[in-house]
Amino acid sequence: MDLVWELLIILLKIVVVVLLFAFPIGSLMTLLGDRKQSSLIQNRIGPNRARLPGINHPLVGIPHFLADGLKMIFKEDIIPRQANRFWHTLAPAISLFPAIALWAVIPFSDHYCTGTATMVDYRDVCVDGAFYNLFSISNLEAGLLYVFAISAVSVYGAAIAGWASNSKFSLLGGLRSSAQMISYEVTMGLSLAGILIIYGTLNLNEMVVVQGQLLWDWLPMWGIVVQPLAFFLFLAAMMAETKRAPFDVPEGESEIVAGYFTEFSSMKFAVIQLSEYVATVFVGSLVSTVFLGGWQVPWLYGDGFYFGNTDEPSIPLPYWLVIVLRVGSFSIKTLFILWLQFMLRWTLPRFRYDQIMTLGWKILLPLSLANLVITAFVVLVLL
Amino acid sequence: MIDYVAILMLGLVGVAMCATVVALSVLFGPRNPSRWKGTAYESGSEPFGDARIRLDVKYYMIAISFIMFDVEAVFLLPWAVVAKDYGAYGFVVAMVFVTILVVGLVYEWQKGGLEWD
Repeated sequence: MDLVWELLIILLKIVVVVLLFAFPIGSLMTLLGDRKQSSLIQNRIGPNRARLPGINHPLVGIPHFLADGLKMIFKEDIIPRQANRFWHTLAPAISLFPAIALWAVIPFSDHYCTGTATMVDYRDVCVDGAFYNLFSISNLEAGLLYVFAISAVSVYGAAIAGWASNSKFSLLGGLRSSAQMISYEVTMGLSLAGILIIYGTLNLNEMVVVQGQLLWDWLPMWGIVVQPLAFFLFLAAMMAETKRAPFDVPEGESEIVAGYFTEFSSMKFAVIQLSEYVATVFVGSLVSTVFLGGWQVPWLYGDGFYFGNTDEPSIPLPYWLVIVLRVGSFSIKTLFILWLQFMLRWTLPRFRYDQIMTLGWKILLPLSLANLVITAFVVLVLL
Repeated sequence: MIDYVAILMLGLVGVAMCATVVALSVLFGPRNPSRWKGTAYESGSEPFGDARIRLDVKYYMIAISFIMFDVEAVFLLPWAVVAKDYGAYGFVVAMVFVTILVVGLVYEWQKGGLEWD
């Protein structure tokens, strides 16, 4: 295919993934998850005043998200006098950049097959055609390493925001968040080592393809089935990485006001908030990609459902319906992990800072090392 | 190659998006600075001293431990990807490596390097 065409397709994919998936879900979650779900749990009504023009219905508070964005634009952007103006202005961009860049490697469905898709050995094969990467922005071979690298960059956003404001609350928030994020990054990397041993690839789409394999001809080999401990370790580490409750001491309201974004106002504040929510949605999509089978629907392959060890599909389906089912399956899993994160916020009390450090270094790190050793040993014995 | 171009394009879209929204607020937002608006927030009282104070050594300890164990992870991940091909030999080598690091972790733990209080 010629280059201009390919670049156009990439641009289209970026628009669809970022503007139609990550951002709307991220910002809707601000509302539905953080405000409406919170209000339901606390037995109050929550946002219900804003209306869309012409519709006299609160629409579960969705217009509030538009109203908030609009309001932020018309607010004064205050930079404290002692602050470092350059870094204070750049900090929101530095926190939003990794949250967006991470989406590059998430596969929303299998590569598109230009010929006829069918199944051999529990994975799609393409007859009379080739696979073409249409459902992830970039089919990077080192996909998971890219995720680690970029999520490490997100430490800078909070640290710089805290330092540049030159306020004591901001500095404390920035310090806390950087210390917490680097502590949990170790667990994040090591807990996935077991997954890498089993799947033997760093490419996220290939990883999802391997999860379509069946154990004993009926159980899909999803990450949560073969690595249940790693699932919990990774989810905890990722929640600490995105500073979600119960790990939200960097912005603990009762102690240090708003933490590292105390001195931010107007659209800069909105950008920092938005980057946190987009990162939260990303956690949902990464956990479902690695541990919940990503776009896999159990027993569904290129041309339909296969029940039992058969060569012909038990329920044949057209290829477009398979793709729709797969994208839908991925979205539902992502939303499920999101819902779980918001429920955990109101279920668990906030940890103390020393408890967070103890959990990270003395519990999760040894557990992820043990998980790695045991996985390597079991794989060695079974081979 | 096209995969890296895609990442570059996504990055540019991200930067452009930040620039647009912040520029919007600069364009449309009001601008009346005052003496008290420009002070750092310190619960309503007048801020005293500079915020860039000396920090607790605990944060440096965490940073050093992080370097150690994250480098460990960097060395372990490539082995993990090809662990099946390397079989018993790779397993033994990796376990020697992990053992050395576990000894390091235990030592740091015993010395109190992981204590927050």
